[in-house]
Amino acid sequence: MKTSKTTPYIFLLPYIVLFSVFIIVPIAIAIGLSFTDFNTIQSPNFVGFMNYINLFTQDSIFMQFVLPNTITFSLIVGPGGYCLSFLLAWSIAQFTKAPRTVLALIFYSPSLTMGTAMNILWRIIFSGDSYGYVNAVLLDMGLINEPILWLTSSSTLLIIMIIVGLWSSMGIGFLAILAGIMNADDELYEAGAIDGIKNRFQEMIYITIPTMKPQMLFAAVMAIVNAFNNGAIGVTLSGSNPTPGYAGQLIVNHIDDYGFIRFEMGYAAAVSVALLLIITVFSKVATKLFGEKE
Amino acid sequence: MAGYKGNGINPAKFERGQIKIYIVLLPLAIFMLFPIVYIFCHAFKPMEELFEFPPKFYVKNPTTDNFEALFKSARNAGIPLSKYVFNSLLVTLSVCIGGIVISTMAAYALSKMRFKVRGLIFSINQSALMFVAAAVMIPRYLIISGLHITNTYWAHILPLIAMPVSLFLIKQFVDQVPDALIEAASIDGATPFRIYRQIIIPLVKPAIATGVIMSFQSVWSNVETSNLYVNTDAMKTLTFYANTLSNANNLVQGQGVQAAASLIMFIPNLILFIFLQKDVMNTMAHSGIK
Repeated sequence: MKTSKTTPYIFLLPYIVLFSVFIIVPIAIAIGLSFTDFNTIQSPNFVGFMNYINLFTQDSIFMQFVLPNTITFSLIVGPGGYCLSFLLAWSIAQFTKAPRTVLALIFYSPSLTMGTAMNILWRIIFSGDSYGYVNAVLLDMGLINEPILWLTSSSTLLIIMIIVGLWSSMGIGFLAILAGIMNADDELYEAGAIDGIKNRFQEMIYITIPTMKPQMLFAAVMAIVNAFNNGAIGVTLSGSNPTPGYAGQLIVNHIDDYGFIRFEMGYAAAVSVALLLIITVFSKVATKLFGEKE
Repeated sequence: MAGYKGNGINPAKFERGQIKIYIVLLPLAIFMLFPIVYIFCHAFKPMEELFEFPPKFYVKNPTTDNFEALFKSARNAGIPLSKYVFNSLLVTLSVCIGGIVISTMAAYALSKMRFKVRGLIFSINQSALMFVAAAVMIPRYLIISGLHITNTYWAHILPLIAMPVSLFLIKQFVDQVPDALIEAASIDGATPFRIYRQIIIPLVKPAIATGVIMSFQSVWSNVETSNLYVNTDAMKTLTFYANTLSNANNLVQGQGVQAAASLIMFIPNLILFIFLQKDVMNTMAHSGIK
């Protein structure tokens, strides 16, 4: 396309200015702080890689609970939520307009109500006394003799977090996939039918997915980022940070714990940088899978 | 072409083949509908039903007591609820409009123009969206006080306008706009601004609708700006006020007021989604080239 050299920069300028001032510079400061022992009151002292060394050698809670929890949670909720989003979006795209609209709203509703629903709904469902819905049903059926402390016991908290995580995973990625499927070119499907595509499943694999790679990549990156950043779940469900026995402690909670409870900002910043690196690695994998070769 | 019966996507009428998909989806849909039903019922529960054990899902004797209590408690605090609603709407709408304008412009440049640092800017943007928000709270505060915009509406609006997720999303859709279309317009003498207004914007409408839903939700529920950057109570947002209510939930009254506040918080999200979903699902991207 014929454009003068400055045109792209004119289009980019407003975004770049706000993006740099309110996002890039703060991130740069945070990365800088990760090399200090900043406690938010005194001015930060440079300590080199001390925080990072401590994170991997001294912080037994991080290595023993936080890291394994985060990896388990994210590996199930990330890909699981992604597949669920795609399958549901694809399924409702097969319907006529009215039912599709209603179902889209229903599947998206957990994202709309996230905070509120978690606070009241899930805590009542999994309440630890015999009045909790799950306990009441299980007691009624005679499967258990006494109520299970779902949200405060270290053996069940992570499982419930994964259920809630999957339930709320039809977020923005789901909408993007839905928009992508609905915008696919009809001619491609027609050509596919001529080339011998027989059923809906083949159509999905050979036509739908390849034509909407940009949306698939967006949804995949969002699924990964959300799975790793979805820290509120465990703390909201169990009502405390740290979560009981560190059973539901994720990296994000660890950052909050150090940054805003113990006020060790330097260390919290180092943990954030470690998290950023982990997410980046997973996103690179997603980009390899779905990215367009340039 | 004899065997081709349509691709099954966006069918015009009900077909037998849809039944098996309905059978799988309906139970799931009912399960996922619970939170909406619950939020509605909860807000209209009278006091004795809110504290009933075991808690009931549905409301038996609906009442508007909770809403009256909510309005009263805001009035007693000296700031009418309408002031918080106004603040929230002003901030959220400004961020949504501003954010979409700058993101679509940047997405167009990043997707369809060739220049040196293009790849670099896109990958920085992508890394930025992965960074944990909690970690940048204090550095952001330092910048906002450095710019002397604390305690103004700008402190609510400016930090949130640039949204890396939104740029990423819109750029992915602009990628699908055929280059041939832009070239043709360019040969006909259209300036880049005209191409942006008359080709890019209409063709990425689904992405814009999705982006608006997303940014509305995140700004509407944001409490960080009210907590950290604004001290005057009369300039804080509805979400902030709703959160102060939930902190006081040990009060018997608190439960009901909180339930009413969560419904009021939820309604705008719902309305926006209902209005915009048809744009999200609009099938039009290829109409321009045929």
